Amino acid sequence: TNFNHKNVCRVAFTSLAADPSVVNLGQGFPDIPPPSYVKEALAKAVSVDRMNQYTRGFGHPPLVKALSQVYGHVYGRPIDPFKEVLVTVGGYGSLFSTMQGLVEEGDEVIIIEPFFDCYVPMVRMAGAKPVFIPLRLKSGKKSITSADWYLDPDELSSKFTSKTKAIIINTPNNPIGKILTRDELQMIADLCIKHDTLCFSDEVYEWLIYRGQQHVKIATLPGMWERTITIGSAGKTFSVTGWKLGWSIGPQHLIRHLQTVMQNTLYTCPTPLQEAVAQGLMLNMELIGQPECYFTSLAEELEGKRDRMAAIVQEAGMTPVIPEGGYFMLVDVSALNQDLSDMKTDDDDDEAYDYKFVKWMIKKKKLAAIPVTAFVSDQSTKDFEKYIRLCFIKVSNTLMLIKSYFKQCLNASFHTV
Amino acid sequence: NPANRQSIKQTNKHRVEFTQLAAEYKAVNLGQGFPDFSPPQFITEAFCKAVSGGPPMHQYTRAFGHPALVQSLAKFFSRIVGHDIDPFEDILVTVGAYQALFCAFQALIDEGDEVIIVEPFFDCYQPMVVMAGGKAVYVPLRPVSGTAVLSSGDWVLSAEELASKITPHTKAIVINTPNNPLGKVYKREELQMIADLCIKHDLLCFSDEVYEWLTYDGAKHVKIASLPGMWERTVTIGSGGKTFSATGWKVGWAMGSGHILKYMKTIHQNSIYHCATAAQEAVAQGFEREHELFGTPQSYFQQLPAMLHHRREKLASSLKGVGLQPIMPEGGYFMITDISSIAVDFKDSDTKDENYDFRFVKWLIKEKGLATIPVSAFYSPEHSKEFDKYIRFCFVKENSTLDAAEEILKKWSQNESSH
Repeated sequence: TNFNHKNVCRVAFTSLAADPSVVNLGQGFPDIPPPSYVKEALAKAVSVDRMNQYTRGFGHPPLVKALSQVYGHVYGRPIDPFKEVLVTVGGYGSLFSTMQGLVEEGDEVIIIEPFFDCYVPMVRMAGAKPVFIPLRLKSGKKSITSADWYLDPDELSSKFTSKTKAIIINTPNNPIGKILTRDELQMIADLCIKHDTLCFSDEVYEWLIYRGQQHVKIATLPGMWERTITIGSAGKTFSVTGWKLGWSIGPQHLIRHLQTVMQNTLYTCPTPLQEAVAQGLMLNMELIGQPECYFTSLAEELEGKRDRMAAIVQEAGMTPVIPEGGYFMLVDVSALNQDLSDMKTDDDDDEAYDYKFVKWMIKKKKLAAIPVTAFVSDQSTKDFEKYIRLCFIKVSNTLMLIKSYFKQCLNASFHTV
Repeated sequence: NPANRQSIKQTNKHRVEFTQLAAEYKAVNLGQGFPDFSPPQFITEAFCKAVSGGPPMHQYTRAFGHPALVQSLAKFFSRIVGHDIDPFEDILVTVGAYQALFCAFQALIDEGDEVIIVEPFFDCYQPMVVMAGGKAVYVPLRPVSGTAVLSSGDWVLSAEELASKITPHTKAIVINTPNNPLGKVYKREELQMIADLCIKHDLLCFSDEVYEWLTYDGAKHVKIASLPGMWERTVTIGSGGKTFSATGWKVGWAMGSGHILKYMKTIHQNSIYHCATAAQEAVAQGFEREHELFGTPQSYFQQLPAMLHHRREKLASSLKGVGLQPIMPEGGYFMITDISSIAVDFKDSDTKDENYDFRFVKWLIKEKGLATIPVSAFYSPEHSKEFDKYIRFCFVKENSTLDAAEEILKKWSQNESSH
């Protein structure tokens, strides 16, 4: 098992942060309640006998039909619920089914940094080699928003070889929150078509788009539907990460390989949960364009929290990177010039600055975050080690608590140990 | 391994195919292995209670298993296995027992390893071995000759035949007790024989025990992991779905020594990572209740087998009533029946290259409206022709479903006798 990886670090930080006196801004899940109608739909589903037994392996019919309707509308094309949709155990399960189904031994897979940390072990588990390309910060700009990171066209082009099977994109991006623009997606699409590669588009945060931004699906660009798997998540859509339901959408000739993997790994996903998500989707389908539609109302709610978090971080003397989408925020901690010499661990003297900073912040300030170099390859560590990742999908009380924790830090001075 | 992944494409196809056929012909479905009655009220109530619990019930829980669940499983099973099970080291919660099997094969079987599978086997074992780069080696349960084969207990594993299958490449042996499709419940002596070989040749044992609470006629389920020298080399797999008649919840687990489980945890972490929280909470509550009521008449683990005992009898008598020979299962959800005494003219020339039982099952769905599963689907290609005269029925159904099946069988038998 040669794919023990930085996930281990995330797990390790989770246990450090599990101390109840620590305020956890690290892990990416809401402490806001999910909409009541999805919980009600779940309770109702369990009261129907048939809903407690196995359903269709590739996805509960009401759910795949609901997905086909919602996404048919979003994509502007008909989507076959039985052949072009697969329901999986979270977006994570879709990523796994995609890699296992489509990536082969000896392939190369291009990964844009920073990346959701499971991509690398999944690529390796499929016997393939990850090839990295970092998002780069526009020079001369003090980083302010996620839009200030870009993909260098020549650099990207140079990563495509005859062995490239696919490129993985994540938009909105975890951890930066960048939303790839239409032009950037077109640049990626052109390369995919030129080199006949696949595109795995992780769009789990697709609804969390802030004012003035637009989420574009690369699968809607010419020539891309037939070579793209698009991944979505009920957990992120309805603030129910603990339901672990996701989906892959794509052309039949690709989806059928994911279905084979599904058939040989866990066979079906839980029925009552799928039924409840189906109902949640149909309900919101009716509300598209209206203020009550959760696909837009959640983003509005989170935009306020994003701005509050940014203000709190600034008051504490750090620099936030305002995300265009998603529910994470990068924070540049370098202005604090924090002395972390006493956070040296025995086994890793070369531990990146952000790892040491996060450990220090947990131990001394009772605040947990995630070091951003957990999301990059070794070669990019130096470019990202001044950032930590905070999650802002938190209730008002939590945000107020964070504000007061930071205030205490300021009063006690962040600069003393 | 891509070649392996491509080669498993066509297996499992028949399960999907028969389900579709049964739906198309609106057949009385005794094929698929799930109850058509409701789970017990206490478990659905536990689920509803979890759903109305605070926000944490709807967010990620501990990746290797919701703490309440692993703790209640450890408490419950330590007593049975006779070993202090560590909830955090020795248990992995998975999306159904199916995913536990997947993790076991992926984690513990390397390229070139041989895995001994006892036939008839739940059909996912073979593709999972292949997907892990391993090679499946089969040894069949055989009906004892010279006696009327009336019970699953009459199907036995030959110690010599099993020993002859072990080579220096053998990594593990997979057993399923109670067995799907046959219903055999391995006796202690039989498990001891397998254990002796595992210890002698330093093999792992994957023990699929999803039907562990469903034993009939006084048959006792024995956990191979409880035999001396076996805890450290056995992965025992269980199912919340089968335990609480809620197959659609997909909560399963693997239990075993931490030094083995840790590899399975890595696979889990890189494939699924977390399982649904609320379902795990509900199953935890189910085990808490059963822990209190263990051995008493209110225990679901007493009530369910008692109820199914009668369903089993009912189906068996319907089958015997039309001249079929069922093999009484000692445990599990299923009953197999010898169909060799029936002569059928398959007018369907499309299927002439398929095994006899496959053709029979399709004919039975289309002509009689009764759905079953052909038993040779649970055999390796090399042995399937030897065992192609059996079909599998699931009796974990409402009385009304079994009555409907009986009607079909009676009418069929009357048609035959009027020719």
